[in-house]
Amino acid sequence: MTHSRKRTGRGPLAREAQIAGWLFVSPMVLGFTLLLLFPMGLALYMSLTDWPLLGDHQFIGLENYRNVMTDAMFWKVLANTVYFTAGLVPLNIVLALLLALLLSRSLRGIGIFRTATFVPVMTSLIVWSIVWKLMYATESGLINQLLLMIGIKGPAWLYNQDLAMPAVIVTSVLKNVGLNMVLFIAAIQQVPRSLYEAATLDGAGRKGTFFHVTLPMITPTVFLTMVMTVIGSLKVFGQIYVMTQGGPSNSTKVLVYYIWEKAFKLFQFGYASSLAYVLFFIVLILTLLQWQLRKRWVFNEGDA
Amino acid sequence: MPSSSFRKTGSALGTYLLLTLISLIMIVPFIWMLSTSFKEPQSIFTYPPQWIPDTFRFQNYIDVFRLIPFHRFYFNSVYIAAVVVLGTVFFASLAGYAFAKIPFKGRNVVFLILLSAMMIPHEVTAIPMFLFMRQLGWIDTHLPLILLPIFGAGGVFGIFVMRQFFITVPTELEEAAMIDGCNRFRIYARIMLPIAKPGMATLTIFTFVTIWNEFFDPLIFINSRELMTLPLGLSLFTDEVGTAWQYLMSATVMATLPLLIVFFLAQRRFIEGVAMTGLKE
Repeated sequence: MTHSRKRTGRGPLAREAQIAGWLFVSPMVLGFTLLLLFPMGLALYMSLTDWPLLGDHQFIGLENYRNVMTDAMFWKVLANTVYFTAGLVPLNIVLALLLALLLSRSLRGIGIFRTATFVPVMTSLIVWSIVWKLMYATESGLINQLLLMIGIKGPAWLYNQDLAMPAVIVTSVLKNVGLNMVLFIAAIQQVPRSLYEAATLDGAGRKGTFFHVTLPMITPTVFLTMVMTVIGSLKVFGQIYVMTQGGPSNSTKVLVYYIWEKAFKLFQFGYASSLAYVLFFIVLILTLLQWQLRKRWVFNEGDA
Repeated sequence: MPSSSFRKTGSALGTYLLLTLISLIMIVPFIWMLSTSFKEPQSIFTYPPQWIPDTFRFQNYIDVFRLIPFHRFYFNSVYIAAVVVLGTVFFASLAGYAFAKIPFKGRNVVFLILLSAMMIPHEVTAIPMFLFMRQLGWIDTHLPLILLPIFGAGGVFGIFVMRQFFITVPTELEEAAMIDGCNRFRIYARIMLPIAKPGMATLTIFTFVTIWNEFFDPLIFINSRELMTLPLGLSLFTDEVGTAWQYLMSATVMATLPLLIVFFLAQRRFIEGVAMTGLKE
């Protein structure tokens, strides 16, 4: 590799590589600059302005950010977002891990179960949410009809302040658990068989094998999926939009829903941009944290 | 997994029971959707729950097309997905090849900038994009829905996937072609692309699924019913017809079918692709 790079480092071949390289990446780089970098910068500027749909915008400095901090609804939606994330992530990871353990065994017909678990991942979030809205329906919903069979009159799941968010969380976990499951299956299959054999020789039971061999060996994947799932949860929108529209009485109104409402319903682009930047900073911090901690688990990986 | 050490009939039976239960919870919504899609409005409310309707009302499926411009939603979804997939695979493989195999100045810096942009929440850029597109007069057209995924985060993800594939191709192959007088584009088109077919397949499925399911962008950029894609069209349908579940469910069945077919055909490759890249959208 170093050898060939040295060879192409000078002379006509090198010139050719400069031109060809930039030519090949230019459509993406150009599009990316125009459609990602430029709007990113503009959004930062907008977050410092009062920017209505019509008429001129006005530069107001950090006013929007100050308003965000004193906006009771912002804290409410942030708390809702944290509630959603804190509810979803552990459920998702534990269920995905459990499924992966079950589904990485070589049993007959295992493919059917893997597919069943993965089908919701493939389904559109909107379709999934619409179908679950029907499942939760007070009169005609399957859940309440089944509850009625054992003599329980089910609640109005999505119209109850205390139940709406848990209901959305359950739906969301089932939607995406298959994705983490696949990643866990891949990780479990990479654990060297010799370690299991050693554990068996040491007389470790199934539980012992899991906690002393499997889990330590797949912590990198556990960590990765955890951070990715947290970041994904912070951006929850579609299921809220379809199932509850943020209600009842704002109990499921999450950050992105609030941003969408401010920007595309009320056309307060400046304020919405500062809300979006707050989201960006949260994601940025989590990503940097992941990057920092990466060293630690990479080390663990080599150590094991 | 050391299945041999666990392979006891009892434990296998327990596993099957557990797996069946979980799979049922995953699948029941779909069965219920299918069942409801054939029901008469009055039999949706019947108790105890009716899994198989007394009479199958196929008319629901036809009525959907009369109630909403469903064929329009369908056509829009199909052609937008097709254009975006083609565009993404072409531009991302072009760039992915260069990032993997052509040693040009600034390559690593540009690649890092591209990658770091993948963590930008879409909601941040959506607001200026809306204004930008309005300036161009592209609101309520399909252009934003086509250009944004090809050159935005989806495209960057594509570059990443394709680069991974091209890196594994031995350099000797290229050098031999160069000595034979092939230029870079010929090498890319004639040698590299055929080798990267599995990568392109993975990227195709990923992109297709993402675009077929995309909701946020159509919600922002599209107003006219005739221009809506399936997810957006269906979500509006919940408001307008309210509790006409039988129509909504037959429309939903039809919207989900192509994806399920694609998935069953490409299932193994897709799951491998997810595991291989270790990435989620």
